[in-house]
Amino acid sequence: MLYFTQQLINGLTLGAVYGLIAIGYSMVYGIIGMINFAHGDIFMIGAFHALIVFLILGYLGITWVPLALLIVLLVAVVLTAAYGWSVERVAYRPLRGAPRLAPLISAIGMSIFLQNFVQLTQGARGKPLHSVIPGGITLAEQGGFSVKLSWMQLIIWATTIVLVLGFTWLIRSTALGRAQRACQQDMKMASLVGIDVDRTISTTFVIGASLAAVAGLMVTLYYGVIDFYIGFVAGIKAFTAAVLGGIGSLPGAMLGGMLIGLIEAFWSGYFSIEYKDVAAFGILVLVLIFRPTGLLGRPEVEKV
Amino acid sequence: MAATGTTVGAGAPALSLVPEQVWRRALAAGVATFLLTVVIVGFETVSGTGQLALRAHPGAVAFAVIAATLGAAAMGYLQLGNTAVPTVLALLAAGLLGLPLLTGGRDSPFVWLLPFDAMALNWGALAVPAIVLLRVMVIRLGLTGERSVANVAGGVVQRALPWLAGVLAVIALVLPFLPFVDRRIVDIFTLVITYVMLGWGLNIVVGLAGLLDLGYVAFYAVGAYSYALLSVTYGLSFWECLPIAGALAAMTGIILGFPVLRLRGDYLAIVTLGFGEMIRIILINWYWFTGGPNGINDVGRPSFFGLPFDRNPPEGTDSFHTFFGLEFSSYHRVVFLYYLILVFALITNWFTLRMRRLPLGRAWEALREDETACRAIGINPTNTKLTAFAIGAMFAGFAGSFFAARQGFVSPESFVFIESAVILAIVVLGGLGSQTGVVLAALVLIGLPEFFRELKDYRMLAFGLGMVMIMVWRPGGLLARREPTLRLGKGSAAEP
Repeated sequence: MLYFTQQLINGLTLGAVYGLIAIGYSMVYGIIGMINFAHGDIFMIGAFHALIVFLILGYLGITWVPLALLIVLLVAVVLTAAYGWSVERVAYRPLRGAPRLAPLISAIGMSIFLQNFVQLTQGARGKPLHSVIPGGITLAEQGGFSVKLSWMQLIIWATTIVLVLGFTWLIRSTALGRAQRACQQDMKMASLVGIDVDRTISTTFVIGASLAAVAGLMVTLYYGVIDFYIGFVAGIKAFTAAVLGGIGSLPGAMLGGMLIGLIEAFWSGYFSIEYKDVAAFGILVLVLIFRPTGLLGRPEVEKV
Repeated sequence: MAATGTTVGAGAPALSLVPEQVWRRALAAGVATFLLTVVIVGFETVSGTGQLALRAHPGAVAFAVIAATLGAAAMGYLQLGNTAVPTVLALLAAGLLGLPLLTGGRDSPFVWLLPFDAMALNWGALAVPAIVLLRVMVIRLGLTGERSVANVAGGVVQRALPWLAGVLAVIALVLPFLPFVDRRIVDIFTLVITYVMLGWGLNIVVGLAGLLDLGYVAFYAVGAYSYALLSVTYGLSFWECLPIAGALAAMTGIILGFPVLRLRGDYLAIVTLGFGEMIRIILINWYWFTGGPNGINDVGRPSFFGLPFDRNPPEGTDSFHTFFGLEFSSYHRVVFLYYLILVFALITNWFTLRMRRLPLGRAWEALREDETACRAIGINPTNTKLTAFAIGAMFAGFAGSFFAARQGFVSPESFVFIESAVILAIVVLGGLGSQTGVVLAALVLIGLPEFFRELKDYRMLAFGLGMVMIMVWRPGGLLARREPTLRLGKGSAAEP
């Protein structure tokens, strides 16, 4: 039981990170119907921004953790959002209305470019960061095994809940959210009623990248080591999560992320750590076979 | 587009010399570049003892910002129809970069003009003025819109397609005997043709049947491991294993395809991607069977109709060079492998072209265009898709066997997702459904980087950037063509 609780805590933490990345995939897919393959790498770039800004702050002597965290968060989010915006501007906007596969190939190219860009500028080795927020609480203890909840995990949960509630409100009740949902339904009609479609899509990319940057910051702090390749695996799993939850749906993306995180944690806890990715994909295949639009997605109506 | 620039409002008198459209654009590009580079390029993390250290590169950031600002300004002027300012800017920039590069690079007295430590990047920086000058030329010569370079060149290539295919085939046939060709070049082209074959195989799935497969490399892996395992465990020869490997790959295609082929478009893409990764993970972890991350060594080499390419064949048997009375040369095997993959690739091509004329091939194309309509006229979508999937997988299996035989060893590292992405990129960049386009795209994507191996650090960077640029420049692919093979009216259109 204790072991179960510990895996649950780990799984929920992992799931929160996947969920935040998945929101970016889900929103972009919902609005322009493409897999933004470079999104995982945007997450990786967010993690690198967080790491480097932490180091810079260390040099400047700003070591009071809350202040440092706030500065890192702001800088990482702004700079990573700039990446999201630029990627859309350079690689996807010229391809609007092009054949369906063109933006996908462009996105894969962008992903390869970003990975190698970071590898070139920052080196291929893993980058360690000392633990910034150590410690935690012990929830239960029995026979030498204790269930630990670290402060970092609590912070990750809290941040995720705040962000998801905030963005759900944003999509439901603001002008931007309405514009986004309008573009999702029909881009041409949206532009006819005076919505700036290009700007709405750009904003979507900026929001997705910001959330990915937060996820990147959390991963940097939680695991304490990052490299230029983390974006690929995390990106695939986050996309899996987005599909699992029902693509285009924000709560769905979060739910999917949580499920993938839990499956991974329990599978590696009880079965084998080597096959945890296989388990995650296996579940995805099963869900898609029996519920092709994901858990919370609306069924697609086929028209001739 | 406004004919000339409008004046800028008060508050920016110094900028009124520059049209608003131009400085806005330049400013946006400059600010964006600053944000993109200030941390990632500006501070390099250096692994030392214990903590990471930082090394600052302010020069690189400054150069990137200046280049982006001036480049965007030049493009802004071009949009307004002004070619004088961009020409001057570009020539100036090219001069400043070219002077130190041409007067000895690192040893030049003007070395302080160079923005980067790495010479390759300095040469790469020349691309900015080069692109601007190209654009100037295009506008001066009036090659925009209908007459744009891409359209004209595309049209010429399109018309020359039957010739082009023939010429490429002839070059491919005589390549190893051309005077300037050495072992390295034959090796590179063997690799290119392997990718051409994979591209043609995937073209059946993606180009003809319209099924987006992001895990094609899984079947390539099945083929390679089938041959490697059969050869090492049972000592079977390449030619005995080839059909088995193809059949196993096709079976894998059917097994994986059956549950997922009713998914559409991007869902199918992500599931196939998942399968590709699953097979790779299994190859890594199924240690006693696949050798794990170390892979399988000493895979048997293919023979020439039973004649091995050994220097010293066992007593009483012939090897290739003794049978034909030639001096032994390791070049024989290289050339043999080259022709082997060429024949494989041509068979794949021929098969695809014939398939297109069969009812099954036509059903694939019909299914790609409209699945609902296909159901209505009685085509079974699942079976039709499954055959496309299985046949595509079979060719990947053949190519995989060849790969294992050529390398002499296999390991999971060769079958990562990026390989699937590259093969898909070859199909899409070439123009979906175009057989010659696949060849051109493979030459560009595989051949070009191989010739620039010295720049290996920047190779993949340029590769990714190239994929984006080709797509933005020609979204339909180099040879865009997605016409059904069969048409009403005057006979059917023939695809070369």
